[in-house]
Amino acid sequence: MRLKAENISFRYPCGHNYVLKDVDFEVESGEIVGLSAPSGYGKSTLGRILAGYEEPEKGGAVTLDGRPLPKNLFNPVQLIFQHPEKAVNPKWKMKKILTESGTPPAELISAMGIQEGWMDRWPAELSGGELQRFCVLRALTPKTRFLIADEMTTMLDAVTQAQIWQVVLAYAKEQGMGVVVISHERALMERLCSRIVDLEQANSPV
Amino acid sequence: MRETVELHKKQGVGRAGGVRLLPAGLGIRERTIASAVLLTGIFLFILIGGSLVTDDMLRVDLTNIFAPPGGSHLFGTDWVGRDMLLRTLAGLSLSIKIGVLCSVFSNIVAVVLGILGPTLGGKVDALVSWLIDLVLSVPHAIVIILISLACGGGMKGIVVGVTLTHWTSLTRVIRAEVLQIKEAEYTKISEKLGKNSFYIAKEHILPHVLPQLVVGTVLIFPHAILHEASITFLGFGLPPHEPAIGVILAESMQYLTSGSWWLAFFPGASLILVSMLVDRVGKNIETLISPATAYKGI
Repeated sequence: MRLKAENISFRYPCGHNYVLKDVDFEVESGEIVGLSAPSGYGKSTLGRILAGYEEPEKGGAVTLDGRPLPKNLFNPVQLIFQHPEKAVNPKWKMKKILTESGTPPAELISAMGIQEGWMDRWPAELSGGELQRFCVLRALTPKTRFLIADEMTTMLDAVTQAQIWQVVLAYAKEQGMGVVVISHERALMERLCSRIVDLEQANSPV
Repeated sequence: MRETVELHKKQGVGRAGGVRLLPAGLGIRERTIASAVLLTGIFLFILIGGSLVTDDMLRVDLTNIFAPPGGSHLFGTDWVGRDMLLRTLAGLSLSIKIGVLCSVFSNIVAVVLGILGPTLGGKVDALVSWLIDLVLSVPHAIVIILISLACGGGMKGIVVGVTLTHWTSLTRVIRAEVLQIKEAEYTKISEKLGKNSFYIAKEHILPHVLPQLVVGTVLIFPHAILHEASITFLGFGLPPHEPAIGVILAESMQYLTSGSWWLAFFPGASLILVSMLVDRVGKNIETLISPATAYKGI
């Protein structure tokens, strides 16, 4: 499968400046691609467009094997946000949050380092790193074909980062899932990715 | 968390000399549930007990007028010898019914408009906001009198009048809450996980709106009772033969100066106690459903 973004231009509603201008980007199944650029060059915006959270301007399109992303149905392109505490409903217990996308296999839960005792807690009773494990696992469904990791592990310590990435990479390999790594940590990307796209060169916002 | 529990237990032991309503062996959460159930029980007892008071039990007994509170008449008797305890109970029951009906109907209006507005957006949302501003900008005591008159007075007039003037503040709160949750990341993620808008409204939005509803009910309830009393006092509400608290308080004013303090004191105090009861039940429910306090007790 191929996730392709063609001719993407994007402006936020109240701004006049283009965040993205005529950007092309593509990922193959099983590929792990890094997306790097300094702040303000539209890394996260491109990630949101790839996952269908924002619509590009006329003339540009995101396609999955030539077809547009499905609306109101499960989206095979899942985005993971930087701040897990905003990505979970504070009124839900962790078990409900995790199973919103279906029940993940037990070995995946333990590989992610999620303890049984966390399931009955509310999000406010877990740390950011613990929450992010749930958010990542929620996105790793059997139907997920591409994962957009927008600064997924930026605020975590090195050990937790390594643990989460190991699970994600193993899952991607097993399922042939494509991963887009959005990060400003060059070292991390060089370690993870087979290809790095520099948005600073690909994008020339006005 | 465990330390907090220990601390509460110690405080419980420290109060051992005082009157304890509930057994000490229960956990904080169980105690909150038990007290909510107990208070709801008292509430229902007043509501049902008051409904069972018949005209026959309130018969005139001119040999026993203005009897002060005591043995056979705990709350005393009035100027025609009717038992004030029974009249108060009947009045409270009527007030509770009016309060509950007003709260429930206002809540329904607030939930429907507060969720529909932001969900449908555009013109519908503008219309909801305009209606809120319209109703809020008119002094509602006058509107209640007019609506009550138009509905032919009585309980129906008061309930319709209070409902139509008291849905606004709660609608505002709910509308703001829904607008915020609709834009939250977890709602957007839920959409991308293929969940429909009904699921999102029920599972994501409702749990946030529910505490507001509980608080809203508690706030509207005393309003409704007070409006019932004031409208009745002015003669536009309940007919004078109904044993409403508003009627009782209005009548008792004539006899206060002659020393019959119990005519106003017991019904008034009971009204305040019932309001506090509702407030306490509301707080208990809020404590139980809010993640921040669910395991900490009140």
